[in-house]
Amino acid sequence: MLSGILLFNQKGENLIFRQFRNDCRGHRLSDVFRIQVISNAQVRSPILTLGSTTFSHVKHENIYIVGVTKSNANAALVFEFLYRLIALGKSYFGKFDEEAVKNNFVLIYELLDEILDFGYPQNTETDTLKMYITTEGVKSERAIEDSSRITMQATGALSWRRADVKYRRNEAFVDVIEDVNLLMSAQGTVLRADVNGQIVMRAYLSGVPECKFGLNDRLLLDGDGLTRPSGNKGGQKATRAAAGSVTLEDCQFHQCVKLGKFDTDRIINFVPPDGEFELMRYRATENVNLPFRVHAIVNEIGKTKVEYQVAIRANYGAKLFATNVIIRIPTPLNTANISTRTSQGKAKYEPSENYIVWKIARFTGQSEYVLSADATLTSMTNQKAWSRPPLNLSFSLLMFTSSGLLVRYLKVFEKSNYSSVKWVRYMTRAGSYEIRF
Amino acid sequence: MAANRIRNMFPVTPRKGETFELRTGLNSQFAHERKEAIRSTIAAMTLGKDVSALFPDLLKNMATSDLDQKKLVYLYLMNYAKTHPDLCILAVNTFVQDSEDPNPLIRALAIRTMGCIRVDKIVEYLEEPLRKTLKDESPYVRKTAAICVAKLFNLNPSLCLENGFLDTLKEMIGDSNPMVVANSVTALAEIQEASPETGALLVTPNILKKLLMALNECTEWGRVTILTTLAEYKTTDVKEAEHICERVVPQFQHVNPSVVLAAVKAVFIHMRIIGHDLAKQYTRKMAPPLVTLVSSAPEVQYVALRNINLLLQKQPEILAKEMRVFFCKYNDPPYVKLEKLEIMIRIANEKNYEQLLMELKEYALEVDMDFVRRAVRAIGQCAIKIESACEKCVNVLLELINTKVNYVVQEAIVVIKDIFRRYDGYEGIIPTLCKCLDELDEPNARGSLIWIVGEYAEKISNAGEILETFIDGFKDEYTQVQLQLLTATVKLFLKKPETAQGLVQKVLQCATTECDNPDLRDRAYVYWRLLSSDPQIAKNIVLSDKPPITSTMQSLSPGLLEQLLGEISTLASVYHKPPETFIGQGRFGADAVQKRAIEEQQQSARESTAQAAGVKGANAENLLDIDFDGAAPASASPPTALDTMSGGTPARVASPLSPTSGSNNLDDLLGVFDSGPAPAGNNLVTGFEGLNFGGSLPQQQKRSNEDILSLF
Repeated sequence: MLSGILLFNQKGENLIFRQFRNDCRGHRLSDVFRIQVISNAQVRSPILTLGSTTFSHVKHENIYIVGVTKSNANAALVFEFLYRLIALGKSYFGKFDEEAVKNNFVLIYELLDEILDFGYPQNTETDTLKMYITTEGVKSERAIEDSSRITMQATGALSWRRADVKYRRNEAFVDVIEDVNLLMSAQGTVLRADVNGQIVMRAYLSGVPECKFGLNDRLLLDGDGLTRPSGNKGGQKATRAAAGSVTLEDCQFHQCVKLGKFDTDRIINFVPPDGEFELMRYRATENVNLPFRVHAIVNEIGKTKVEYQVAIRANYGAKLFATNVIIRIPTPLNTANISTRTSQGKAKYEPSENYIVWKIARFTGQSEYVLSADATLTSMTNQKAWSRPPLNLSFSLLMFTSSGLLVRYLKVFEKSNYSSVKWVRYMTRAGSYEIRF
Repeated sequence: MAANRIRNMFPVTPRKGETFELRTGLNSQFAHERKEAIRSTIAAMTLGKDVSALFPDLLKNMATSDLDQKKLVYLYLMNYAKTHPDLCILAVNTFVQDSEDPNPLIRALAIRTMGCIRVDKIVEYLEEPLRKTLKDESPYVRKTAAICVAKLFNLNPSLCLENGFLDTLKEMIGDSNPMVVANSVTALAEIQEASPETGALLVTPNILKKLLMALNECTEWGRVTILTTLAEYKTTDVKEAEHICERVVPQFQHVNPSVVLAAVKAVFIHMRIIGHDLAKQYTRKMAPPLVTLVSSAPEVQYVALRNINLLLQKQPEILAKEMRVFFCKYNDPPYVKLEKLEIMIRIANEKNYEQLLMELKEYALEVDMDFVRRAVRAIGQCAIKIESACEKCVNVLLELINTKVNYVVQEAIVVIKDIFRRYDGYEGIIPTLCKCLDELDEPNARGSLIWIVGEYAEKISNAGEILETFIDGFKDEYTQVQLQLLTATVKLFLKKPETAQGLVQKVLQCATTECDNPDLRDRAYVYWRLLSSDPQIAKNIVLSDKPPITSTMQSLSPGLLEQLLGEISTLASVYHKPPETFIGQGRFGADAVQKRAIEEQQQSARESTAQAAGVKGANAENLLDIDFDGAAPASASPPTALDTMSGGTPARVASPLSPTSGSNNLDDLLGVFDSGPAPAGNNLVTGFEGLNFGGSLPQQQKRSNEDILSLF
């Protein structure tokens, strides 16, 4: 398993080195990594084995987080652990970058000591760790009773929840956030459209509440009404979409969800952690509603000019509106000057990134806007064809789900039988929304 | 204020008297100054400065009620214990005391740290605290102690065995706390791997039950351990396997990708012995989570993709409907893109190839040269894999050739050569190819074009002229191209004796007298003698029909694949190499690899399917057929033979099998028929024209060797 964890800044200076096994020498390792990875632009893989030492690295902000192994380690686990470390760092320090690491190196050592033992990951739940690894430090005199409680929790079957949570108002907020991915060909056919959804919950509930969560999941709804007549497949699909059910291609749950129960009868049952957590992730590929349709005509006129005509249309209801719509339109590398005209929003040329950024702060449903632009190119000695990277979009749209997913209910059961208030919000964002032209 | 001080510790230049300053701080009468000094010491340690001189001063600060401070001192101790083994004894007392502290956090900390101090004296004192903490009332302490047993075993196996810690650990698999179970299994698995003779982790039906119980309750990392153990558990009982699958399948829905992969591994292995229908059902359930892995972080994605590649080699149909998911995003890192490309080819079938082809064409117009080349190659692989797709693929390739982008054209020519070796009826495009003649500067592409010209000499009216332009610069060409040129000219001569007489004379003359390369010279001699003895025999040999190739995709040998499927989600599965190739120390590693390779070679020879390692021998045996039967050899070779030749060869260069190719005693002779030390294996096969391949047995190699020699 992991022999050590190293953190580097971009210059290759070692910020943190924690050795878990006796089989690696820290400073030699950091030299090797600096030379072989940081100052080597040719690196094409996140995993590098030199001799019998394997470096698995992840880059985040301006630091490299490196896991060192000497055995045939579980690569997926190592990377997932490194990402978990980043998440922990972010939740502890707000930002996990060079400055945060330098300012909090003691705490980071403490964390590493707790989440890895002999190179094996232990409990990495942020909420639990925050109970006994804090920036202020726990005084052991006052903490004996506390500690036994903490340790019970850190290892218990409900390692993610304390038992004595109390709220005056019992509330639960559910956010359904969807990232819609699109790849459209130059001819306007959809090559690939899918939705990566995520349901984030903020639970402020007293005691140990049992929650039951229901979605308009097709498999579940079908199970309820078995009497549906079997028609041709296409027709069936349409009726299902009309009935408002969604086919979830795949779901993944927070560890608090009882997976066995979901597997047998697709019921989502759980005891939530206190506060914010990601309840589930899902993926849907059928009947994806694309919020925007983009039509782009790009003509290269001779070798010195490119003409753009980009039209974008909102496909959602007129009462909704998207915010922060940003369209990035690539330009050739040798662009000298660009003139743009837009029917809405502002367009600006970003020479360093090689694209035109067209921003529309508020995009009402069913409306359509147009941008036209001319790019003047400088002549170059080696005229290489322009590879035409795809045009890409980012936006966020409230009260809309691309997959059509809806929360049907959230039931809370607790011994004291209190009543609770639940709130649901929906949001659709652009994941990788790419249109070729 | 404190933050500032720490930041100031970071400039790299050591300040004068720093150690002195720290020492004063460590011995200060004020608690906060001491703590600050400890922090500074740790900061200096991180930077790689030697602060071991402060060892005694830090020890004094060990007995404190401040948990933070204790942790820091322990951290220091772990790092420097080796430099002051004698002083460590002073720490023992505090350790033992701490291991009995009423606070479970401190008990756990003490036992965790003691295990990490690799000094014999400490190890002796570890015994008692460890025994106690293993039975501690707090599960937190127990789970820490369980790992500590593995640490102790690593330091002193006999001590560990004598004290019966292993048995205690085995009992702990039945602990009421799932995390303790997980860590006990982890520790046992580690010990088992280090010394299998201890039989530390022998899963019995009883233990199996406990593991399955703990699976649903413990932390994600614990689940990975348990799932891995389940995957390694060998069962022959169908009911038991079904039960395991049933319990593991819900883990497909876990949010942690490593849990998902571990679950896939466990199910994939146990699926083999369960009923066909049930297995099919599980295969179906496996697809969605695998696809979901493709939307995780790029590094995790990479690991997942490499594993999907393995799974597809075993069961190509699992993801047949999911082609679109693997379409490359523009911003995917290059390593992910290349992997996706390979997977798409594996998924491709009659129904979805058009989609794929459109996509590949798009990629072929991107800027990343490596990626573009792979995309072009993928088009060829698609054509060879799916017969009905071939025409469309060729059209796309021709379009790409028309873009005149240098590296695209070259790659396209190499690919088209492979298509010719698979299908007839595309000779019509040869003129288009010949037009690109001037663009080709890579040996691979040049060699391919020359091969095409030689092969279809009778249909190309100006074949002689084309070859002549190359022959003028014969001596400046790469060996690979020279060999091709030699063969092509001989073919031309055999097909059109009247026009090429002068040309062949010139080439043979040049190759035998002016070139230093023995491979080339020997091959020229062989041809010369052949031609001067009997033209009919020469024709039979040089122009005989070749069996068509069936695939140009790299595939692993079944044995290796089987082994790697047992290694899913580990580094071995990422590299597609057995673990011995990259772990273990120096010579030992190499030996192990060599041994494996030899075993594999023997096995493949026994099975007489020409696996990568057997190919060279095969070559020699068939030569035997040709020369002594006098007739054109029957193409008795199984189709896999050529398969491994063309696609398999590049794999072999990278695979651990390569050491064997050097040990083959036929090497020198092979130079005659082989295109020498061809750097790009894909073209290697073109050196074999006129010959057929078949399986061979190692003992025959020697004979054929002599036979060939007597030929001269």
